[in-house]
Amino acid sequence: MGEKQKSEIKTQNIATRDAYGEALLELGKKRNDVVVLDADLSGSTKTAGFAKAFPDRFYNMGISEQDLIGTAGGLSLAGKLPFASTFAVFETGRAWEQIRQTIAYSHLNVKLVATHSGITVAEDGASHQAIEDVALMRVLPNMTVIVPADGIETKQVIAAIAEYHGPVYVRLGRSKVPVVMPEDYKFSIGKAHTFHIGKDANIIAAGIMVSVALSAAENLKKEGIDAGVINMSTIKPLDNDTVLRAAKASGLIVTAEEHSVIGGLGGAVSEFLSENYPVPVKRIGIKDTFGCSGPSDELMKLYGLTADDIIKIIKGALKK
Amino acid sequence: MTQVSTSRDIGQLKRQARTVRSEILKMLTEAGSGHTGGSLSAADIVTALYFHKLRHNPKDPAWKERDRFILSKGHAAPLLYTALALSGYFDKSLLKTLRKIGSPLQGHPCSKLLPGVEVSTGSLGQGLSIANGIAMGLKMDGLNSRVYCLLGDGETQEGQVWEAAMSASHYRLDNICAIIDNNGLQIDGHCCDVMALEPIVDKWAAFGWHVIDIDGHDMASIINALDEAETIKGKPTAIVARTVKGKGVSFFEGKAKYHGITPTSEELEKALVEIEDIDNG
Repeated sequence: MGEKQKSEIKTQNIATRDAYGEALLELGKKRNDVVVLDADLSGSTKTAGFAKAFPDRFYNMGISEQDLIGTAGGLSLAGKLPFASTFAVFETGRAWEQIRQTIAYSHLNVKLVATHSGITVAEDGASHQAIEDVALMRVLPNMTVIVPADGIETKQVIAAIAEYHGPVYVRLGRSKVPVVMPEDYKFSIGKAHTFHIGKDANIIAAGIMVSVALSAAENLKKEGIDAGVINMSTIKPLDNDTVLRAAKASGLIVTAEEHSVIGGLGGAVSEFLSENYPVPVKRIGIKDTFGCSGPSDELMKLYGLTADDIIKIIKGALKK
Repeated sequence: MTQVSTSRDIGQLKRQARTVRSEILKMLTEAGSGHTGGSLSAADIVTALYFHKLRHNPKDPAWKERDRFILSKGHAAPLLYTALALSGYFDKSLLKTLRKIGSPLQGHPCSKLLPGVEVSTGSLGQGLSIANGIAMGLKMDGLNSRVYCLLGDGETQEGQVWEAAMSASHYRLDNICAIIDNNGLQIDGHCCDVMALEPIVDKWAAFGWHVIDIDGHDMASIINALDEAETIKGKPTAIVARTVKGKGVSFFEGKAKYHGITPTSEELEKALVEIEDIDNG
């Protein structure tokens, strides 16, 4: 691989949090009602760029997530468009009840964009690895939940939610992720992106698991197994039509997420299918356990979140 | 509005506070459940706000330049509803529907259902952060509207209150006025027994607030404190209002039991008579 190619790939494969930082800057230039709040993690969540460019529209709330959420709610009541960011575990965990009471119940126009979700937070360990954040947000009435797959989609998501009035939770990651979405991709809330509908199985994935699912499908194809891949970036409201189409096409659904198998994408898909079109569903995710410290690629293996794991599960299910 | 109120104004406000208390008691008796003690303890403060201090327009609840009132102690909803109804936000007959199916008058205030309610509250400790956010937004827009936030004293046991206290001070939100309804009681008993709060004044002062310590049932003191708060620049103001839980009804006063118990119809009759003789300044 030549030097030029290497650098091209490097600039493409960015972490979704980096894309968020860039998207915020763009949005801040376009709209002067955009305000950003952080809880002492602006360097990590990448809101620091916005803070530098628009110091009068940035509030560092210090290490106080509950106050972060309430203040963001107040700013929305004053007609601003607040983006409140910190790590996913603190945003959705520490301030869950503030999100419930103040943001969701009052239907405030607050964008909750959390980074460092999932086990790919890696070395920091279980205390910092949010594996239940999607479940915590999905259960709240009025809440929209979005998990972008890559940098391209993250930028689209930020632009889209700015145009939508109401509370939104966006789940971003720490580590670099491969680009999977086409350059001309246009995100809209509640609409899944279908790469391919398979006849043998369909993998409904979100976040970093989309690229893993694509690689699994490619390998299965070589063995004559037709597995489709759907990027279900909006977990709530779920794109029921696409789930139904996939279930009808293959009769085997596999969900893949870097999240607990309880309450997240796997939960949402299972709930819908069990009531509307029961087919076997295999859920790939963290199996009701906490994470641990380690390099992110090794953790992905340890928790069964690799392409090989998906392949094994699909082959096993098809044998039966 | 920093002029000293005339004694005639004070007299009117005191009468209005009696009406507010009567309406609270009537609606709570009708509802059969709800929070009596803490609605009555803050009645004079909220009367002073809605019928004297607040710049607001009941015909245009979303008026951008209005002053905001955040009821952080959301369980005093009957007090807020009464103030809103008597101000003309909605018809007074609606007060009878408190806590009933289909009523916009939920057990705790719901902003989606009732115009005039700025934000849904009820889970304690959250209002001051919201008030701060509004205050920040008003400042960004160059508006000189003010934000008033009523907290219960027991409520300040919530950690978030102190996060917000720090933020208001850090961001020099001098358009914020927190009022602590210091009635000294919470559901399980005296605050000093459940989780001691004193020294309340020193605590707020230590967090960088200008603090005014008043008798929360003395109408002139309330108005003077609200006026003083408006003159303080560069820091937020906290008014510690020393109040009596259940104020105005002798058999409710100072009793933790009446935090969440409503009057019987016999009690209501006696209470309405007593309200007429209340000493509020």
